[in-house]
Amino acid sequence: MALSAFSHAQPKGATGVIVFADGTCIWGKGFGASGSAVGEVCFNTSMTGYQEVMTDPSYDSQIVTFTFPHIGNVGANEEDVESRGLGAVGCIVRQDITPHSNFRASDEFVEWCKRHGKIGLAGVDTRALTRRIRVQGAPNAVIAHNPRGQFDLKALKKQAAEWSGLEGLDLVPSVTREDREDWGGGFWQLGKGYARASWEGKPHVVAIDYGAKDNIFRNLVKAGAKVTVVPARTGLDDILALEPDGVFLSNGPGDPAATGEYAVPVIKGLLDRDVPLFGICLGHQMLALAAGAKTAKMFQGHRGANHPVQRVGEGWGESTGLVEITSMNHGFAVDADTLPDNVEQTHVSLFDGTNCGISIRGKKAFGVQYHPEASPGPQDSFYLFEKFVGMLG
Amino acid sequence: MPKRTDISSILVIGAGPIIIGQACEFDYSGTQAIKALKEEGYRVILVNSNPATIMTDPEMADATYVEPITPEIVAKIIEKERPDAVLPTMGGQTALNCALSLNKDGTLEKFGVKMIGADAKAIDKAEDRQQFREAMDKIGLESARSGIAHSVEDAYKVLETTGLPAIIRPSFTLGGTGGGIAYNKAEFERIVREGLDASPTTEVLIEESLLGWKEYEMEVVRDRKDNCIIICSIENVDPMGVHTGDSITVAPALTLTDKEYQIMRTASIEVLREIGVETGGSNVQFAVNPKDGRLIVIEMNPRVSRSSALASKATGFPIARVAAKLAVGYTLDEIQNEITGATPASFEPTIDYVVTKIPRFAFEKFKGSKNELSTAMKSVGEVMAIGRCFAESMQKALRGLETGLDGFNRVPELENVSREKITAALSQRTPDRILKIAQAFREDFTVEEINQITGFDPWFLRQIEAIIYEEKMLGHNGLPRDEAEMRRLKAMGFSDKRLATLAVRSVGVAGGLAETQARRSGLLHDALRAMAGATSEQEVRDLRHRLGVYPVYKRIDSCAAEFEAITPYMYSTYEAPSFGEAEDEADPSERRKIVILGGGPNRIGQGIEFDYCCVHACFALAEAGFETIMVNCNPETVSTDYDTSDRLYFEPLTEEDVLEIMRVEMSKGEVVGVIVQFGGQTPLKLAAALEREGIPILGTSPDAIDLAEDRERFAKLVNKLKLKQPLNGIAKSRDEAAAAAARIGYPVLLRPSYVLGGRAMEIVDSEPQLDDYINTAVNVSGDSPVLVDQYLRDAVECDVDVIADGEDVRIAGVMQHIEEAGVHSGDSACTLPPYSLSDEIVEEMERQATELARALNVRGLMNVQFAVKDDEVYLIEVNPRASRTVPFVAKAIGQPVAKVAARVMAGEKLADFEPFNLRPEHMAVKEAVFPFARFPGADPVLSPEMKSTGEVMGIDRDFPAAFFKSQLGAGMNLPREGTLFVSVKDSDKEVIVPAVKTMLEQGFRVIATGGTQRFLSDKGLDIERVNKVAEGRPHIVDAIIDGEVALIFNTTEGWQSLLDSKSIREAALEKKLPYYTTAAASLATARAIAEVSTEQLEVRSLQDYYS
Repeated sequence: MALSAFSHAQPKGATGVIVFADGTCIWGKGFGASGSAVGEVCFNTSMTGYQEVMTDPSYDSQIVTFTFPHIGNVGANEEDVESRGLGAVGCIVRQDITPHSNFRASDEFVEWCKRHGKIGLAGVDTRALTRRIRVQGAPNAVIAHNPRGQFDLKALKKQAAEWSGLEGLDLVPSVTREDREDWGGGFWQLGKGYARASWEGKPHVVAIDYGAKDNIFRNLVKAGAKVTVVPARTGLDDILALEPDGVFLSNGPGDPAATGEYAVPVIKGLLDRDVPLFGICLGHQMLALAAGAKTAKMFQGHRGANHPVQRVGEGWGESTGLVEITSMNHGFAVDADTLPDNVEQTHVSLFDGTNCGISIRGKKAFGVQYHPEASPGPQDSFYLFEKFVGMLG
Repeated sequence: MPKRTDISSILVIGAGPIIIGQACEFDYSGTQAIKALKEEGYRVILVNSNPATIMTDPEMADATYVEPITPEIVAKIIEKERPDAVLPTMGGQTALNCALSLNKDGTLEKFGVKMIGADAKAIDKAEDRQQFREAMDKIGLESARSGIAHSVEDAYKVLETTGLPAIIRPSFTLGGTGGGIAYNKAEFERIVREGLDASPTTEVLIEESLLGWKEYEMEVVRDRKDNCIIICSIENVDPMGVHTGDSITVAPALTLTDKEYQIMRTASIEVLREIGVETGGSNVQFAVNPKDGRLIVIEMNPRVSRSSALASKATGFPIARVAAKLAVGYTLDEIQNEITGATPASFEPTIDYVVTKIPRFAFEKFKGSKNELSTAMKSVGEVMAIGRCFAESMQKALRGLETGLDGFNRVPELENVSREKITAALSQRTPDRILKIAQAFREDFTVEEINQITGFDPWFLRQIEAIIYEEKMLGHNGLPRDEAEMRRLKAMGFSDKRLATLAVRSVGVAGGLAETQARRSGLLHDALRAMAGATSEQEVRDLRHRLGVYPVYKRIDSCAAEFEAITPYMYSTYEAPSFGEAEDEADPSERRKIVILGGGPNRIGQGIEFDYCCVHACFALAEAGFETIMVNCNPETVSTDYDTSDRLYFEPLTEEDVLEIMRVEMSKGEVVGVIVQFGGQTPLKLAAALEREGIPILGTSPDAIDLAEDRERFAKLVNKLKLKQPLNGIAKSRDEAAAAAARIGYPVLLRPSYVLGGRAMEIVDSEPQLDDYINTAVNVSGDSPVLVDQYLRDAVECDVDVIADGEDVRIAGVMQHIEEAGVHSGDSACTLPPYSLSDEIVEEMERQATELARALNVRGLMNVQFAVKDDEVYLIEVNPRASRTVPFVAKAIGQPVAKVAARVMAGEKLADFEPFNLRPEHMAVKEAVFPFARFPGADPVLSPEMKSTGEVMGIDRDFPAAFFKSQLGAGMNLPREGTLFVSVKDSDKEVIVPAVKTMLEQGFRVIATGGTQRFLSDKGLDIERVNKVAEGRPHIVDAIIDGEVALIFNTTEGWQSLLDSKSIREAALEKKLPYYTTAAASLATARAIAEVSTEQLEVRSLQDYYS
């Protein structure tokens, strides 16, 4: 791959650019919000669900390269969102965004990006970029869009170069809720939209929001729980005061070790009190940290909706060895070699063997690295919500 | 879970002959399956009557039975081989139906054979409409409102719930034969009757119409631990109402949100679980209401299919291979994807490109049949194209079709006509509707209007609109002169040729003399070129290269570049540079390489036989140490399988696309040459362009091929060699044709020059018929002359295949046709060795063929056709390239003919290969199969125009048994008793006598029309008379329809009698009666009926024959 700094000058008509920390840049057509944003450039291989990806808070401070060339075909709607406007700061796509064709769309993707402050760049060889990320790791970069095509490249380069990157970064404060919320939304059905949750006589789950995807809460409700969402820095006593039957540890952006500084002690406290726990993604990683394991940044994260995960270890009975196709979005992982004796590995990635699930022996506590709530992605793993809610009370 | 050890031998049932709805995708799947099973150490027994398949190559299975796929015959194979298991999911509907019968009649139980892949219960549940519907109800999936009918009365009751329009689907038929859409009651009753007849269980499903809904297909794989994965989603561009096989489709689905997609994904998996497909691949079809997303399950196939072949090629996931491994007990997590080397089988491929499939049709072969598409499949082949965006993918597919399109070519009959006329044209579901849609955009129709009329999704329509917009701009401004703009257009998929056409239009010289002049050299041309940018494909290419705009090649890796894959499977695209230059992943090797150009989409006259040859070339040249590079765009084939060649370019076979590949491959290593002689006419057409670029062509020179096809040059050679040709002439006008015919004497055979498959050939008996032909069938002019040949009535036709290396010539096979000369050789049954010719005649043909091969300096394969009349050998035609007969010859003599030829082309000597035995102890008969049942209205008669889609081989120790098997394999179940109807032309009356005698001796009742009856009665035979159709009722057609007739010998000659007897053939076709339209075939049939019976037939493997 030929790499040279500023290898080609701004082409005529370019209204958007990605400037990497090393000074290289990729020109294209900007869309969505104007301005610039810094983040880590990652990729996602899902062929559907761009709106869900863009609103997943775990993508905070990230710029998503969509490997599928046509993005925006089905427009945007109010339902297919995973948070209140959080998520990726921008996206890189190959094809220009077309007008939508879908009966559920209420807006065009371009307009939606604009409204939600997300910057887009079209006209990029996203496959070449993906290959670069695969080989060289996820780079830091600035994405910029100016409809008049005017860019201060020097400043952008400086911005990219000076950004600290995700490692060691606690991004949770910028995406967690400020206030406690009694979750009222249920599961989505075609033609009916989201149901309303009914709380009568349901076990109570307190969900700690490190940047959670809404569909996690909807799945908990579907599995039969009453859900109260609390901000990331909610203390142990405040959580216990809510009298939870179980506590859920959500996904979220950034380095688990950084967020773990304040979150892990709380999780340890819950473990000590035998409160049932279920963690997803960042929540899973911090559960592992609380149990004494270590996490590490992956050279190449997992981001897509086609990742095979296998059930391993004891306790699966007949379903030992079963494979589920999962949605994934993580750049850090639990180092399986550091799992203490009381922690069992329950799931592994069939791609690279990395840890995808743990269970703590003698406790009702488990976590998975991937996203059983799907959205986007396959719904093979709903059983985990049923398992969790089933072990409460 | 490890593989099963309770079984050690497995019977694989193939799909039989190529027919519409069941083409070479099952050779592709079956070949993968056999390889996969053998890898695991199982003994594999195969039955398939189709000799033109790779799977029936003797080195594939352990025991290969080229025998008819009927329950009786397969039972004999089971009895002989005692397999532990049968895998019925690789051979389409044929294999499933056969396995079900064997299960029902107790054969499987009797011999302790287990069904693997899918069991009888699951197959029944999936195939039986009522059971399927109940299963769907059970898992809460909606089906279309519908009902089952076993009679017309039932059908009317069902109609009350479904309403009109209604869709009628017969149960257990291939590709929906006999089904259709009814808009009124008369039509309803007609289609119901046809459907009831077509269904082996006299059952039709009548459904509410979902016309205009979106249609999707999901390819699912499941293992016995209940791991389920989706390989690919496919969205039909044609909405509901057109059979999926006849629809333009794209992968992946492009107009679904994730929520809708996941509903469909979960539903597909639920369907497999409920139906009980324990292991393997299946597809599930859905309809989605575009207004509210309401999802309806249409059907599922519990087996690999045409769409699973497409999905495999589209994603790089070998479904059949994996399905075979799962069938013997492995689970998905235990299997790696061999194609990528990077991904496990237990994962869902994700793609970063768009795949488009467009079917190819052959309506022009079936005059009288309406070219409207419906729920019964009619296409004979398909092209697949890959691009980084929909527009690129679609335009590549259009040019890859090889139907004369360079993209969205204009539709002249819709230019400058009323909007009503365009609307009416758009509302017809014709094969070229996509072009008409593009034309409608040119005529200023809006997306909304076209969506309203056609139901095509607005997203697809807007993409086409954007292409037409660019065409308009090009038509105004000419070609861009800057890199970025040129690249942008190329990235939308415009071919250089299409750009040239549009550029010429920009200077206002479209059409006529001005355009011709503009394309010539000279001052005017220079001026026009300066204005337009370029005026020809070559000039566009030069301009593009000057601007530095080249395609790059991307890999198909099943994971969108997330992992490093070893896949040597590529497609071209135009990318803007991301890091200095456009990233190209072609990475050509330093090796010595040979490029093999494939045959493109299947069509009548160019099908699996040519792909077979290309595959053998790949295998042979790899054995000889070359790197093999395959170029093809047909997703159904073995040639585009991942392990056939070292490198595969899935690209259209056009000058532009092939030359760009050659540029890349020649940039490194040594291209020893290109093989253009194996893929039929498609690659041959590219020979000139390759030569012009100085690219070496292996084997016989294109000039020699041209010489053989050029009448005048060839006649000179024939004279020089002192061979005899039927009298012939060439005519550039009607009068010249009439004069030539008069000189030669009627009957004459007329045909346009340079055609494949005998398109638009006709035998004419008189000048008025000649006029009729010239007025309707061809354009005669200086550029496209008509050839006039003496027609040797009742001559015996022969094919001789030879291989030559420049020194030696070796005869590979001499075949005697059963039908007389005049029937297209592809449509004629034939035998190897000849069944009634003297040794002297055979040797004379061999001598002539050898001389021709020397004279043409053939290096590789050559096919010669002779006619023998009154012990005189006439040379009909020479083709110094691979012919349709090569696989049959190879199977009949047990030698890898195509492989030897390929190695000879690469420089080896014939003397180094073991000699062929041309006088085997056995007899092989090839019989053609026809798609007449799919084309109501067309006359099901054999003629010089090829109409067959495929072939079967019958092999046995003598002619009658081999012929009997060939008929059985072709679906003609010869009767043991009943009534024979005979009506033959005068010249056949004497000839047919022995056949009629034989049939009377066999206890048949014989009826005949007036002339034939009188003639035969005079010979003392007991024949009853029956009315001709024109003689008043009740007549012969009434008798056929009432089921009184079991067998028909009906030969005709001349225009009028052919017309008169058409209704007889149509009635016979409808009743699925064996009918023979030549005297020779009638004689062979009578002999077979007298001497052979199914019960006595013996089965024997090819390995046994050859040893």
